[in-house]
Formats: sequence, structure tokens, C-alpha cells
Amino acid sequence: MIGFAVLALLLIASAIFTVTARKPVYSVVGLLVNFVALAATYLTLQAEFLAVIQIVVYSGAILILFVFVIALLSSGTKAFDIGPDRMPRVVWPALLFGIVGAGGIAIAAVRSVIVPQVVAGQAGQAGVFGSVADFGNALFLQNLLPFEVTAFILMVAVIGVVLLAGDEIPPSRRPRRRRESIAPREPIAR
Amino acid sequence: MSVPADAYVVLSAILFFIGIVGVIARRNPLIQLMAIELLFNSANLALVAFARVWGANVGHIFVFLVVTVAAAEAAIGLAIVAIVFRRTTFVDVDEVATLKG
Repeated sequence: MIGFAVLALLLIASAIFTVTARKPVYSVVGLLVNFVALAATYLTLQAEFLAVIQIVVYSGAILILFVFVIALLSSGTKAFDIGPDRMPRVVWPALLFGIVGAGGIAIAAVRSVIVPQVVAGQAGQAGVFGSVADFGNALFLQNLLPFEVTAFILMVAVIGVVLLAGDEIPPSRRPRRRRESIAPREPIAR
Repeated sequence: MSVPADAYVVLSAILFFIGIVGVIARRNPLIQLMAIELLFNSANLALVAFARVWGANVGHIFVFLVVTVAAAEAAIGLAIVAIVFRRTTFVDVDEVATLKG
């Protein structure tokens, strides 16, 4: 119970820090704390494989991607940081909706008493709920089609990223008439 | 296990609201994308909690799918941010209004 309270406080605090941070790099640090705390929360819910996935995919791949893009965009002369301009206007409606929504969920949850099942067995054992063997059985034996769809989604993402970001033709091979269209335009007026 | 599943669901809802505030209130596209990651994570937390309650690991498969979609979304979103920044040197999402009718 104490562990859950600590994790919940850490999750909420790091999420608020991520959203309100002044620079994107600070947000990345807050998001890293959030991801690690969420992985620990998965461990309390017996989802060991998903905790490892959380660390590897989110903290290892996605956050590094964010850091790369921040470094890429901040390499120019202009600083890439904007203050939370719309924050004062949004915070109070968001707080209102958040309290109402969380209260409604809490009332609904209290009314329908869900007793968590206690799954017998030691964590980390083969065949136990949430273990890698259990997850692999569920993924490859019963849910093979979603797994294939996953591969398809990743392939589409790779093709999309290459199509989006790969239109920069090197200057030696660039046709002359396309040069104007590729040159950076003026910032769009509001 | 002394923590009821309701606590996890309420925690997930709170994280979801924080993420929505981030998406709406911030004008930095990178922080908006990070807030979208918060939204994905809160949904994942609810799915894992429900899977634990029912003792069925189909919820874990759903989380696996969501993680994949989140990775694809982050890659494509960051590519769009990078290419728009390269072409127009914007720093503000509100300045990118080319598609506004």
C-alpha cells in the first residue's frame, strides 16, 4: 500500500512536471521518471514482461528519439522553448473536469466492488500469470494476428517516416527548378 | 495484494487528465507529443490493472499493441515536427495554420 502511494505520487508529480516544464529537455527528464515509475507499477500488477518492455521501448527508444529531435532543432540560432502560454486559461476548466471525472470514476468503482483475484504461484515462475512464458503463449498461440498487425504497423511507420523526412535531395543531384521549392519559406503569418 | 484495482483506475484517470492538459495548453509541439505519450501510458496502466483483476493476459496483448502504436506515432510525429521546422522554422504550433480553411 505504501509502495503504491509512493509510486502514485511519483507518477503524478513527474507527469505534472513534464507538462509544465519550461524547456523540452526538462520534460524529457520528467517523462523518464514517469516511465520508470510506471514500469515499477506494472511490476506491482504482476506484468513483468510489460515492465521490461516499458523500460526498453519507452525509456530506451522513444525518449532517445525525443532527445535527438530536440538536439536537432535546437542546433540553430533560435532557442526552441516556448512558455506555457495557454496554461492559465486551461488549468481551471481542466481541474474542474478532472475532479468531476475522477470523482465519477471513484464513485463507480466503489459501487461495483471488484475483488482482485489472487493468482497462486511465485512471481517469475514459468506459466504464472504475467511471466514471459505466459505472455509468449498468449501472444504467439492465441493472438498471432494482432502480432502480425503490430509488424505491419511498424512497417507502415518506417515507410511513412522515410517518405516524410527523406525528401532532401543532395545539392549535386538536385534539379535546378526544384531548388526554389525546397528552400526554407518565410514563417507563416498568423 | 492490498491495493484495490480502483486505485489504479483512478490513478490512470488522473494521469490522463494531466496529459490532456498538456496537449491543450502547451504550444510546443515536442511537449505536446510527450503529453500524448502520457495519455498512452495512462491507458496502458488501466489495461494492465484490468488484466490483473480478471487474471487474463489479453490485456497485456492490448498493451503490447498500444506500445507499438505509440512508437509509430512518436516516430511519425517527430518526423513531421522536424520537417515542418526545417521548412518554416516555426517554434509555435499556432503559427502552423496552412491547412486552416
